[in-house]
Amino acid sequence: MEDASITVQSTENVRPPVTSIGATGWVRQNLFNSPFNSLLTLLIVYVLYRTVPAFIKWAFVNAVWWSDGQACNLVNGACWSVVTRNIRFILFGFYPYDQQWRPVLSIGLLAAFIFYSSFQRNWNKRLLIAWPVGLALIGLIMHGGIFGLPSVETEKWSGISLTLLLSIFGLSAAYPFGVILALGRRSRLPAIKTLCVLYIELIRGVPLISMLFMASVMFPLFLPEGMTVNTILRAQVAIIMFTAAYIAEVVRGGLQAMPRGQCEAAESLGLNYYLKMRLIILPQALKTVIPPTVSVLISAFKDTSLVVIIGLFDLLRTTHVTLSNPEWMGFNTEAYLFTASIYFVGCFVMSNFSRRLEQRLQT
Amino acid sequence: MTDQESKTPDKISTEPIIRIIGMHKWFGELHVLNDIDLSVNKGERIVICGPSGSGKSTLIRCINRLEEHQRGKIIVDNIELTNDIKNIEKIRVEVGMVFQHFNLFPHLTILENLTLGPIWVRKLPRSEAEDLAMYYLEKVHIAEQAAKYPGQLSGGQQQRVAIARSLCMKPKVMLFDEPTSALDPEMVKEVLDAMIQLAREGMTMLVVSHEMGFARSVAHRVLFMDFGQILEENTPGEFFSNPRHERTKLFLSQILH
Repeated sequence: MEDASITVQSTENVRPPVTSIGATGWVRQNLFNSPFNSLLTLLIVYVLYRTVPAFIKWAFVNAVWWSDGQACNLVNGACWSVVTRNIRFILFGFYPYDQQWRPVLSIGLLAAFIFYSSFQRNWNKRLLIAWPVGLALIGLIMHGGIFGLPSVETEKWSGISLTLLLSIFGLSAAYPFGVILALGRRSRLPAIKTLCVLYIELIRGVPLISMLFMASVMFPLFLPEGMTVNTILRAQVAIIMFTAAYIAEVVRGGLQAMPRGQCEAAESLGLNYYLKMRLIILPQALKTVIPPTVSVLISAFKDTSLVVIIGLFDLLRTTHVTLSNPEWMGFNTEAYLFTASIYFVGCFVMSNFSRRLEQRLQT
Repeated sequence: MTDQESKTPDKISTEPIIRIIGMHKWFGELHVLNDIDLSVNKGERIVICGPSGSGKSTLIRCINRLEEHQRGKIIVDNIELTNDIKNIEKIRVEVGMVFQHFNLFPHLTILENLTLGPIWVRKLPRSEAEDLAMYYLEKVHIAEQAAKYPGQLSGGQQQRVAIARSLCMKPKVMLFDEPTSALDPEMVKEVLDAMIQLAREGMTMLVVSHEMGFARSVAHRVLFMDFGQILEENTPGEFFSNPRHERTKLFLSQILH
């Protein structure tokens, strides 16, 4: 007891110097702790002073929001009208105008699914079944043809619907495929191993654009006459094949980082290869490679915009088409800022989710 | 359990559970095990010692096929070890192994570490597997840690969990690969105590270890290995007081100070 009172007394008497705590302390420690850092701080403050007020003035104060193209030319602020007036085309493209509630509903459903799945306490077998069912339902709502919904061919799916379609199906199919490739590359069976190495190295050796070209131009040449495969499906397969090769290498890194002892412990309990991988090796290996995996997924999400090359109307393409309308020509900055912000939201959600996932899986 | 507990420590059946006949193993060009013959009876406890690189770990790792032998025969529980993966898995179920570095599964709780084998390999219902796990955790005096993760436990506690994890599979043989070498000195005793208790219950044990006190108190036989061969084998009393081989004398003088 005596010891305790002595310590209490001493903390009461000895306070840290004022300059090391509170706001002053923080500023001194983080912004002005050396001459060079002080210089940098002043420089950054100056740059911010020159840019931020000007940007706010352009983007908000002098901006017009709901005018037509002519009115836009008369103001010297941002013309957000290019977005607001064309929002339905940018987002949904050639999807029939009076049916556009269907992509809205689909995206809402998808967002709800993702939000619900982001809580670990909801993870169970039912959710695992709910995902394919939900995705099929979304596909049904988009495609129609039953329940009195008019049928909308996939050629008309464009804008954000197409971007999300390519990304969600692309990423969720590429991930398991990539894991299987990684396991195959480490297989002891020479045939499987060679096949996986060849696949990964071949795919990683060519740019995604060339794969999309092959899918859209060369692939149909090999099909028997009269037989066609939907362009979107072909692009989708190209994206899956491409992303899977990158995921495979990331996952392989994780597998290699696993200590040999984990395998031996699992084997000595009598677990077979499948159980060993599923229960012991993959949960740990996949967890360690969450950051690079998310990097691959984020870049794959953005790479879906390359489908413009083969004539698909994704979000970037619908924005581009809007800007080729004479009325809205020249307002690229505003339109692309809007598109960029949508991509940013998608990427931010992914990296945020992965960060929380890492924290939760920490042991 | 009761039938095992009723056994007296020194009762060994004459029925061999492990038979190794003329076994050789190479790592590339290196001849690590040279013409090993060894027969282990049910209930027998063997301590294997020898300088590092003598092949003693490799020998017991061959028994559950963590290492593959290239010549000769290994027969465990009347099943010969071949490339047949089904046989290998059958043998691994009957042969428990404790490693130098514990090798607990860090992403699972202690309880999950223990129930994994019984649930997925022995196909026990979860509740039964958990009862079994708690029984063995109490046996190694660590039941209160069941909900923790391996990283939160000390080395000695982790090794006792590893022993309990192997026991949950109800193995017929237990292999120990230098179970105390990676531990801080003050934790060696708690692990040895758990092993001695197991020995008293009549478990068949093969222990690679330099713990000579342990060898003296529980082993039926001590084997000395060097250059991939079993150079000497004897009862602990004879082995320590009257070593015959020059290498054994040198080795004992080095570790007994």
